[in-house]
Formats: sequence, C-alpha cells, structure tokens
Amino acid sequence: MRWGRDRLGGRGGAVLALLGSSVLPAPVLAHVGPGEVGGFLTGLGHPVSGLDHVLAMVAVGVWGAQLSAPAIWMLPVAFPMTMAVGGLLALLGLPLPAVEVGIALSAVALGGLVLGRVRPPLALALAIVGAFALFHGHAHGTELPAGESAVLYSLGFVISTGLLHAGGIAIGLVERWPVGHVLLRLAGLVVLLGGLYFLLRAVG
Amino acid sequence: MSRRREACLDRRLRIFGSLALLALVPAAARAHLASSGMGPFYDGVLHLLISPLELLGLATLTLLAGLCGRRAGRLAVLALPAAWLVGGLVGLALAVEISLPWWSALSLVVLGGLVALDVDLAPGIVGCLAAAYGAVAGLLDGAALESAGEGWVALLGSSVAVSLIVLLLLAAVVSLAAAWMRIAVRVAGSWMAALGLLMLGWLMRGDG
Repeated sequence: MRWGRDRLGGRGGAVLALLGSSVLPAPVLAHVGPGEVGGFLTGLGHPVSGLDHVLAMVAVGVWGAQLSAPAIWMLPVAFPMTMAVGGLLALLGLPLPAVEVGIALSAVALGGLVLGRVRPPLALALAIVGAFALFHGHAHGTELPAGESAVLYSLGFVISTGLLHAGGIAIGLVERWPVGHVLLRLAGLVVLLGGLYFLLRAVG
Repeated sequence: MSRRREACLDRRLRIFGSLALLALVPAAARAHLASSGMGPFYDGVLHLLISPLELLGLATLTLLAGLCGRRAGRLAVLALPAAWLVGGLVGLALAVEISLPWWSALSLVVLGGLVALDVDLAPGIVGCLAAAYGAVAGLLDGAALESAGEGWVALLGSSVAVSLIVLLLLAAVVSLAAAWMRIAVRVAGSWMAALGLLMLGWLMRGDG
C-alpha cells in the first residue's frame, strides 16, 4: 500500500509540475510557414495518392522480403536513390518515354515476380527495381504545388515512399510461415492484376 | 608524368571546375531568421532548427561518423562544432550575404551516398570531412545571422545546438549493435541522397 501511495504521490507531483509549467510564460511563434508545413504534408501524401504507385512500392518491399538478406534492405536503399534520379531527369526537362505505361508495367512485373517467387541474382533484382524507380520518380517526384517548400516536399515524398517499402517488408515477413508463401503469392497476384488494370488504362 | 595520369588529372580538374561553376550560380539568399522571443542565444538555436537543409546535412554527416566507429565519432564531435564556430565567426566578420544552396544539396548527395553504401572511412578522414562541413555550414550560418542583425551570441547558440545534435545522434548511432539497426541508418542515408538529388533538380529549375 505504501508503494501505491508513493506512486500516487509521484503522479500527483507530476500533475502539479505539468499544471505549473502550463502557467509559465512562453514565447509565441507566429512565424510558422504554412507553405513549409504544407510542403511536407503534400510530399508525404503524394505517393499514397496514386494506387499504381502504392502497389509497386509495396511490391518492392514484399519482393525484398521474399528474396531475404541482403536484397530485403538493398532494394529499399536503391529504389529512392534511382527514383530521385528519375525526378532529377524530369526537373531538368529530360523526357522519359511512356512514363505511365512504365509505372503500370512496374506493378505488373513486380507482382509477377512476387507471384512466381522469382529469385534472380542480386544485381539483376537491383537493376529491375532501379529501372522502374526511374519512371516513378519522373512521374511523381516533381509535382510541387506552388508556394510550398521544395525541400520539405521532397523529404515528405522520399519518407512516404520509404514507409511504403517498409509496409511491404512487414507484409513480406509472413514468408517465414508455410501459409505465408501462399499469402504472398496471392498478394503478388493482386498487384499483377492491379498493374494490368492501370496498364490497360494507360494504353487505352 | 604518364599520359594516363595526365588524363586522370585533367578529368579531376574538369570535375572541380564544374563544381566551382555550380557554386557561382546565383541563388536567392534566405536569411529566414525567426525570433524565439528568448534572446539572441535562442534565436541562433532556432535559426538552425528551422533550416531543414542544414539540419539534414548535419544529421547525415553525423550518421556517417557514427557508422565509421567510436574514434571517428569522437573526432566528429570535436571537429564539427569547433569548425562551425570558427566558420561562423568568419561569416560574421565578412558581413556579406552568402548563399550556397548547391553546396547543401551536393553535400546531401555525397554524404547520404556514403552512408547508404556504408563506406568505412578512416577516423582522420571523417574528422577532416566534419571540419570542412562544419566550416562551410558555420560560414553560411554566421553570414545569415549577420545579415539578420544578430551577433556572436546567436552564433554561440547555433554552435551549442550543433554540438548537442551531433552528440546525441552520434551516441545513438555508435551504440547500435543489431545489424538491422545499422541497415535502418543506411536506408536513412539513401533517403538523404535522394533528397539531395531532388534538391539539385529543383535548384536547376529555379524552385529550390
């Protein structure tokens, strides 16, 4: 009981300290740049606003998990860097042919690779993921709304893409269980079908 | 001198020439000094905390030093804030507005790339990198503070903030034992390199 009372006393002290701190004067920061905050949030939300992009990003993580180390982390390291190269090309005004088709094809290919549990050499896996990342960066990395911070938009965009990969890796961890193999292959099929839908829309 | 060596030297000179040209490209200066309401020392702290590129560059260099081990980390802890302070004093004394957004973006690409590749640099090289980075970043910081009418107290504030950020982040990274945690740091490095590349693009387009 004594322990309980002491603990309660500790909590009471903490509450008092919090209340006390709330009446202390604090500087008012009226300089928060709405454009800067908006830039980060816009960048963070941009990759998840397009289902084709989401499917491919998650599939990269799932495929990495299927391939296990070192691909499980090398693919998510390589993707943002080559994606940024794609964004750089777009910002420099260098065109990439059939960008939307490339993005849809990335979902088809990555879905197919997950479905078939394909295990190419690491260099080839990196080349495949890197090539598709160029299209994603070219299409999505450059859509900065007017008045927003380019740094924070880009930061949000890169972090969001990385988190989608992390989500894919987390899904891919079911690979360790026998039933997980089947589930992942089903997920690969879903990504492939989604990619086919976007491919038909891009071509049609 | 052999022809091969001459060609190599020539190529290096061209690269350095291109980089020097990039640094000369005019860009809008942004002093972005906000008042903390708590005096010049905290104005200096706040100036650093609301400068994302400077903060990210600092964090990336610290991640690199942390991945390179304890000795490299110790050198970085000493060299970076000291060089920042010295560079800042030079910036204050020069009393001219200096803006090198290209340098910030390029340093993110290079440092982020080194972190992503987990390049094991010798402690001395890490120390030199930290000193060079700190000197240039401090120079920019000092120049920005001077143009905003602040003095050495604000610079001291930003230098102390640099010391604390480097110390805390280094302590976290150096103590990482699990392999997956080092991988997480490398992934963060790849994000920084990607950000730097995108920033280069924005700057070339005039939006940076």
